[in-house]
Amino acid sequence: MKKAMRNLYIALIFLFLYAPILTLIVLSFNASRSRAKWGGFTLKWYQTMFRNDAILQALSNTLLIAFLSALAATVIGTVACISMQAMKRRNRAILMGITNIPMLNADIVTGISLMLLFLTLGLRFGFMTILLSHITFNIPYVILSVMPRMRQLNPSIYEAALDLGASHTHAFFRVVFPDILPGVLSGFLMAFTMSLDDFIITHFTKGPGVDTLSTKIYTEVKKGIKPEMYALSTLIFVTVLVLLFLVNRPPAGKKETGQTP
Amino acid sequence: MNKKSLAFPYILWAGAFIVIPLCMVFYYGMTDKTGAFTLSNIITIATAEHAKALVLSIELSLASTAICFFLAYPLAMILTDMHVSTHSFVVLIFILPMWMNFLLRTLAWQTLLEKTGVINSILQLIHLPGLDIINTPGAIILGMVYNFLPFMVLPIYNALSKIDTNVINAARDLGANGMQTFFRIIFPLSLPGIISGITMVFIPALTTFVISTLLGGSKILLIGNVIEQEFTQTGNWHLGSGLSIVLMIFILINMVAEAVFDREGEGTRL
Repeated sequence: MKKAMRNLYIALIFLFLYAPILTLIVLSFNASRSRAKWGGFTLKWYQTMFRNDAILQALSNTLLIAFLSALAATVIGTVACISMQAMKRRNRAILMGITNIPMLNADIVTGISLMLLFLTLGLRFGFMTILLSHITFNIPYVILSVMPRMRQLNPSIYEAALDLGASHTHAFFRVVFPDILPGVLSGFLMAFTMSLDDFIITHFTKGPGVDTLSTKIYTEVKKGIKPEMYALSTLIFVTVLVLLFLVNRPPAGKKETGQTP
Repeated sequence: MNKKSLAFPYILWAGAFIVIPLCMVFYYGMTDKTGAFTLSNIITIATAEHAKALVLSIELSLASTAICFFLAYPLAMILTDMHVSTHSFVVLIFILPMWMNFLLRTLAWQTLLEKTGVINSILQLIHLPGLDIINTPGAIILGMVYNFLPFMVLPIYNALSKIDTNVINAARDLGANGMQTFFRIIFPLSLPGIISGITMVFIPALTTFVISTLLGGSKILLIGNVIEQEFTQTGNWHLGSGLSIVLMIFILINMVAEAVFDREGEGTRL
């Protein structure tokens, strides 16, 4: 009885979380342009989507910004984690405090603060300003996922590698890096996801003519969302779902096979 | 050792894109168009129009934070008890929705909530009274809970799964009943996660302008909407910055609370 109640509770929460996603998937097959009416099943939005240059441009901007910002944040964040290990306790605490600011601060404040900076510097608002902003809010996610891995490292192993004649770079890439790699990868993935889903900061740092999917959808809200948008989102979501299932397959016999000497 | 010099790029980046921009918000917020010092941008929060938006924002974000907490805590407990699900799997389930655009997901609630929408059709089918909350503060609260619930679940789940089961067993052995074990052992030990969750929900809810735009019709103005309009429509950056400073006071209170409860400095987020 208690177990049934628990399962019911979990089911209800998941229904709540996934009902809107299901709605969007259903809407992508809706022949009617209105999102309030069901006009029969169609696949036409999946075809017209590939002929809609504005949507494709927004998609390529979104993916490119997500990839480049996640990559840059991963490099900067990982390097920062390595160097922070060597810092004095106090300095490290200060730097970690600053790192936490974009995570704890409201997105709207981060957005306008970057907007004011770019305005003062006289930068042209566009792809570059969005990219810089995304790198900025992505770095903390990388640092917070790499840092715990870094702390678990045994410094003696690195020193042993040096004693055995490895150079600093060599020792890092052969000894330290493989150990922190899972943290680096999950930091990258987290950063990519956050960049992809961001609207507020992009809204304040984008320029006219440059759109990501989020800002494009926001401008469409008042006119009515184009059904192609539902089709595209469904496609992205299903792709990610399939990829994740392939990567996270239940570890049947996969355990401990990845131990390379 | 040249390790320290490796920190240089990040220190430069953090200075240029985190610290200086924040200083600029303070600069703009405390000056007028001529560049002279003034507090009037901050004091305008007391005018009826702005105060109303702020009070409404606080009410709605407190309500949604409370709802998130009461939904999330039992869920986190159940997830911790299940053991079978690995940590990354639980995180995944809550991160996955983010791959569907946040604006579209929120908009989908319009389709679900409308008078002739999905939920009302189902309610009608089982002869229950319809739900008429679209374009009301109720819909905004729902949107907030929907969007921010994962940020409450994950920190609490993390805190709960870190509790040593021996501690709980010891309490039982010493004669504590279920209620006592919960209120004396489990709840206090999960407090850092709770504080972290509250911060992660309250701040975005307090400062949102998107959820109110999408689900509240165009009549309901939150403090986030006011600030957004000052920047993108009216073009009065000084006033917008001044109001942002007011918001930052709330953020600061939250940061202090988090620092006090999370002494390890590790963060229980995500």
